[in-house]
Amino acid sequence: MAEQPTAISVRDVTRVYHRPRTSLRHPSPPVHALRGVSFTVPQGQRFGIVGESGCGKSTLLRILAGLDRPTSGSVAIDGRDITGLRERQLGFVRERLQLVFQDPMSSLDPRMRVGDIVAEPLVAQGHSNRRERVAELLEAVGLRADAADRYPHQFSGGQRQRISIARALAPRPKIIVADEPVSALDVSVRAQVLNLIADLVEELSLTLVFVSHDLSVVRHVCDRVAVMNGGQIVETGPTEQVYEEPQHSYTRRLIAAVPTLGKALSGVSAADLNREY
Amino acid sequence: MSAPDTKSAPDTKAAASAVPDVRRRRRPVTGSLLVGGLIVAVVLGMALLSFVWTPHDPTLVNASARLQKPSLEYWFGTDKFGRDVFSQILVGSRTTLFVGFVAVGVAAVVGVPLGIAAGMAPRWLGELLMRANDLLLAFPALLLAIMFAAVYGASTLVAMVAIGIASIPNFARLIRGGTLQVMKTEYVTAARAAGRGPFAIAVRHVLPNVSSLVIVQASVGFAIAVLAEAALSFLGFGTPPPTPSWGRMLQESQEMLSSAPRLAVFPGIAIAVAVLGFNLLGDGLRDRFDPKLEDRR
Amino acid sequence: MTGNVTGDVLAVRNLDVTVGGRKLVEDVGFTIGAGERVGLIGESGSGKSLTALSVMGLLPEGLRATGSVRLAGVDHDLVGADEARMSRVRGKEIAMVFQEPMTALNPTMRVGRQIAEVLLIHRTRPDRASARAAAVELLAQVGLPDPAAAAQAYPHQFSGGQRQRVVLAIALANDPALLVCDEPTTALDVTVQARVLDLIVRGVQDRRSAMLFITHDLAVVATACERVMVMYGGRLVESGPVQEVFTRPRHRYTQGLIGASDLTVVDDRGRLATIPGSVPPAGQFPAGCVFRNRCAHATEACATRPEWVPTGPDSGYACFHPASESPASQSGAHVKGTPMNQEAGRG
Repeated sequence: MAEQPTAISVRDVTRVYHRPRTSLRHPSPPVHALRGVSFTVPQGQRFGIVGESGCGKSTLLRILAGLDRPTSGSVAIDGRDITGLRERQLGFVRERLQLVFQDPMSSLDPRMRVGDIVAEPLVAQGHSNRRERVAELLEAVGLRADAADRYPHQFSGGQRQRISIARALAPRPKIIVADEPVSALDVSVRAQVLNLIADLVEELSLTLVFVSHDLSVVRHVCDRVAVMNGGQIVETGPTEQVYEEPQHSYTRRLIAAVPTLGKALSGVSAADLNREY
Repeated sequence: MSAPDTKSAPDTKAAASAVPDVRRRRRPVTGSLLVGGLIVAVVLGMALLSFVWTPHDPTLVNASARLQKPSLEYWFGTDKFGRDVFSQILVGSRTTLFVGFVAVGVAAVVGVPLGIAAGMAPRWLGELLMRANDLLLAFPALLLAIMFAAVYGASTLVAMVAIGIASIPNFARLIRGGTLQVMKTEYVTAARAAGRGPFAIAVRHVLPNVSSLVIVQASVGFAIAVLAEAALSFLGFGTPPPTPSWGRMLQESQEMLSSAPRLAVFPGIAIAVAVLGFNLLGDGLRDRFDPKLEDRR
Repeated sequence: MTGNVTGDVLAVRNLDVTVGGRKLVEDVGFTIGAGERVGLIGESGSGKSLTALSVMGLLPEGLRATGSVRLAGVDHDLVGADEARMSRVRGKEIAMVFQEPMTALNPTMRVGRQIAEVLLIHRTRPDRASARAAAVELLAQVGLPDPAAAAQAYPHQFSGGQRQRVVLAIALANDPALLVCDEPTTALDVTVQARVLDLIVRGVQDRRSAMLFITHDLAVVATACERVMVMYGGRLVESGPVQEVFTRPRHRYTQGLIGASDLTVVDDRGRLATIPGSVPPAGQFPAGCVFRNRCAHATEACATRPEWVPTGPDSGYACFHPASESPASQSGAHVKGTPMNQEAGRG
């Protein structure tokens, strides 16, 4: 693979939260959500982040999107350092990087029409010709243009996730950060949405950061994967390699614990999934 | 591209599972909403009617018709000055609505933005605003109104601005709670990620999603204001004569309580029914709207 | 896996669940033999949870079950049984593990007492002291470290996976004849899911309890169960031994579902097999075959309701155009871009 310019570069990022005290005598111990996370994502790569709840992946994602700040370390998007920038200086991040969320219900404002939801990034960034662009976007994600006049609750989960993707694509970003985008969907529509994401990433030559707890989904979607545990990246590498020859014991346990149809049909029982490695 | 997810009929609600879907179906119109709405509509109708028609001039003093019993001529009788009680009740409803709108208006116009700001501000600032709010909450509304009347002179407007100011904390507290909930949702995060500033988020996302809370609180605030106006007029700090007001009618009836109790009964019933109406309306609206904030998870 | 009536722990016949004239579950019937682990899979709106709740007699207000649910050793039908009778059955002959362990536990009560309570209510332990000892023993069985200390703790002091183990301990306390699990591992992390799944399977095996396991996850069912039933649109569309159904699905929905959930098989463009369209909202599936508006094989015949075609004592399918008996081919599921403007169900 030819050397690509870097889309995202994360250098030694830590994030410490201070919780409100629960005792009169001692302050609550600080929470180390991220402890020295570093990685780079070249342009056009599909980069997966895998980990269980509390591993720090959500915090990392918020920091990437400029919605939270690292306690120390730095994050650069397209070569520009975003750490320490104020909200209004983050305009270029908002144009280059967009988010797709997990829950297709709570990520869409119930009181807004779909057209306004999709147009929101355009309004925020002062684009014109919004109506046409919205129609174009809805079509690109496989919805009819008249969806623009309806409200989110009139759509199924899969359709709402399509709306969410359309919104993310509105400002023509180069990077999409997707936070568990299919884990709330029915099995029969999950494949549709995964295909849609793959199509769009290919057509629009996007860089994709795909966060999931499900290693088999990441394996299908991503070229490279970072496995997170306890606020750290414990292993990173090409997806196939990590999946086939996991180096870290946590990765091994994670892979072993994922039930699959194939494994089950070849006689892997619940007790086998739970085996320590 | 992949298969289009076509949608079915526009009124269908796609839900995550069957059970919540059933519950989320159109909420029934509850009894309190119906009765409350009806009473409020009647009060509104009386006020509108009084502009075009009253049986008698409500302010006309007629010495020859003092303290008449209810009759075909004077439906609710007359007071000690010979004024028609029914006409006064009709025109008095205007005062009632006026006080409600002024007090709720003042409270909402200040309280809603304050609540939203406190909900969106950094935690320490939000807390500070709320503690200041608590301070105001601890101050009795009627006392504030009497102080205002003492400084600016007794008038309906002054009294109601005072009641409105005293109701600000109720609004601010409630709206801050709603705002905190809305700010936690992913659609607000999405709006931030899209580059929306705080003001746009407040207007486009927070306000529409707390509007149901505002409506509920407004109708309850209306009832409080009507009662407060009556109390202030009774004490002589409210609506000055000759403008008819249910509260002052009550006060004027006081000296005749033994000889002509009906003079107290009619405005008393009017106040009670109107307050009940607004309270029921508030309850009904709460039932209909309130769960929305959670059920949109 | 017995076909005869006497060996069955649970027998469900002609079960319907309706709300205001809409049928959410229609004509569901199945049996579960003693010690048998049966999975019930389906997507949202399939009626799988409502089926489980009907068995437990826990349907929410406004929903009505008709038909028959019989449990071995209980001399009355569970459908239509009053609360007093049901509460004698629940927690004793039949117990349930829910998706959300936090809401299934009383936050103000120590977990040891909550476990001891189910033992005392059903008088399976003579007194408080022995019930308390049994509670600690149960907590040890579900693998909580330091069970004696755990018994003294409140639910909020546990992690999600630990709470689910407590719920399991309560469910297994009286050695129920049937354990009903409704998506018990869906809210859990992968490694925690593996552990809880292991405990559930071991728990029912040790007690020779039967299990009805409800989930949307095919792989979980295949791991934990011997037999599987597939629900879609409120109906049972296929059932049979796990090996058979997942390797040689007959119903086109099952076939599509297996294809869509297999992330290792892709076409030449690297795309997954899909089922077109989306799951209609509950109660708005098409008449006739409920899957026909998403099915590539649907014909006019499918406008009438397909009969159940038995292929064994506990297996069968309801489809006019079943897949062949040779091992699963993905072709059926792989039809893209079919626009469907179904005006499903009743208007």
